[in-house]
Amino acid sequence: MEPARKETPSHEPDKSKKSKQPNKKQKPKRYMSKGWKEGLSGYLFMSPTIFTIGVFVVIPILYAFYLSFNDVQLLGGIGYEFIGLENYTRTFDDSRALIALKNTAEYVLIVVPVQTCLALLLAAALNSNIRGKNAFRIIFFLPTVTSSAVLTIIFMWMYNPDGLINSFLKFLSLPTYNWLADPDIALKSIMIMNIWATAPFFMVIYLAAMQDISDSVYEAATIDGANWWQKFIFITVPILKPVTFFVVVMGVIGTFQLFDQSYIFSGGSGGPNNSTLTVVLLIYQYAFKSLDMGYASALAVVLAFIIMIVTIIQKKFFGEEKLHD
Amino acid sequence: MKKRTITKPVVYGVLIIYAVVTFIPFLWAILSSFKPLSEIVSGITFFPENFTFNNYAEIFSREPLFLRWMFNSIFITVCMVGLNIIFNSMAGYALARVKFAGRKFCFFLILVVLMIPFQVTLIPSYLILKAFGWLDTYQGLIIPGMVNATFIFMMRQFFLNFPKELEEAAQMDGLSRMGTFFKIVMPLAKPALAAQAVFIFMSSWNDFMRPLVIMSSEEMFTLTLGLNSFKGQYISFWNLIMAASTLMTIPSLLIYAFFNRYFIKGVTFTGGK
Repeated sequence: MEPARKETPSHEPDKSKKSKQPNKKQKPKRYMSKGWKEGLSGYLFMSPTIFTIGVFVVIPILYAFYLSFNDVQLLGGIGYEFIGLENYTRTFDDSRALIALKNTAEYVLIVVPVQTCLALLLAAALNSNIRGKNAFRIIFFLPTVTSSAVLTIIFMWMYNPDGLINSFLKFLSLPTYNWLADPDIALKSIMIMNIWATAPFFMVIYLAAMQDISDSVYEAATIDGANWWQKFIFITVPILKPVTFFVVVMGVIGTFQLFDQSYIFSGGSGGPNNSTLTVVLLIYQYAFKSLDMGYASALAVVLAFIIMIVTIIQKKFFGEEKLHD
Repeated sequence: MKKRTITKPVVYGVLIIYAVVTFIPFLWAILSSFKPLSEIVSGITFFPENFTFNNYAEIFSREPLFLRWMFNSIFITVCMVGLNIIFNSMAGYALARVKFAGRKFCFFLILVVLMIPFQVTLIPSYLILKAFGWLDTYQGLIIPGMVNATFIFMMRQFFLNFPKELEEAAQMDGLSRMGTFFKIVMPLAKPALAAQAVFIFMSSWNDFMRPLVIMSSEEMFTLTLGLNSFKGQYISFWNLIMAASTLMTIPSLLIYAFFNRYFIKGVTFTGGK
């Protein structure tokens, strides 16, 4: 399409007045070398990416599969002993692995829908015609620029038995909780913190997309008497479907990988009583504390498969607009 | 008009409540960093009654490595931001605009990498870094993270919407692809690059797991690791922990304050034009 466009409208009027020779010579020359140059520069542009992804993603994935079929010994050098699927079958007898999986699934199923809806609503509120937009945006974005380690530490202090949150609940005569040490509550404490911290990040993505929607889309609806909520539900949300796809996938991937918060919360143990033990924390413990890298790799491979399956299902559900050129 | 008057207070209400909920933990942390330990222990006072700067000085006297951790974090983050901006943009541009054999495959690979949790590559990468002798070094943390599939994807989406006419004009003038990219495309992509810089700054500065795995000696800790070990050592000294947390957050706040305008512009760039 493109070369045809260039040739016909712009060059033809010139041809009649100027000499034809330079035009004729230039065209085939450029066309011939262009494919080559393009191919070469394509790979030049991609070379750092190909190197890094090759050495630190593609090879490690293959290596991870290899490790997962072996009993790996890390004394001195590395020793491998092929044990087939034993690392995988071991998962079913590993009660901690099942707990970690249950905790992680619960975490994903609660955090992702809540943070996505919250992000969308906040973005819609910010995008309406209000004053102080920038001030709100700056404040909302504070948790996103702050390190998760810092946020976790601040929340741990607020969650203290006689910390800020319990004092506030007491002040309102509401029941107080042992946010850090009660096995029934600890994971929920992390959920609250995580939703609070990540919703604004997705809000910024939504907000950017909302500002892409031209006013003319809304004008007809305004003339027809649609209110703010109707416009939001019938115009904004459907237009934002590809963005929602992106936000949900990013959210699922992020929550499946929960590690920092539960590590810092529990000092690396996943306690109290395994209640904050996530799949990634378990993988970390097996790989770098017990040095059982074969089994840890098998767990990591299982995690990768779960995430990929979820992603593919979501892609089917939300359509594939993003994948087309 | 009637409908607007109903929704507006609701919108303001939602925004103000959420702003308060967002801001209080930060305010609480900062205020606590100016309280002496006696006040922390004795119960809840929201504003410091005996205002003091001592906590900040005490961090450095109690933990001499704190300065080193700051340097490590800054150095690693600066390298990561610089390399990522250039390499992700190059890859994103090639995937959006340059026609080369295997482009579809490369893009497919990026999408697959996007789906793969880095934890599955963490253990093998650790062993590869060990074989390179890069464990407990700066390059061990920087090189594996110098490109990022998420931002390659983002830059590709950005360049797909980039006006073609400018590049075509530059190529007519005989500029190569590289020349066009660095002289024409990159300067015009500044808002997107700034947005990318902020995102990568955050992911590098916030990174906890990779430094935890790769860095083993205390001198090589980043601030996130340092803060965590500091918290472990001085567990009931919340005034010191909050001062250290505040110190760690200041650079990100400065970067954010400085880049904020570019950041918002960058994120909104595609539609604004």
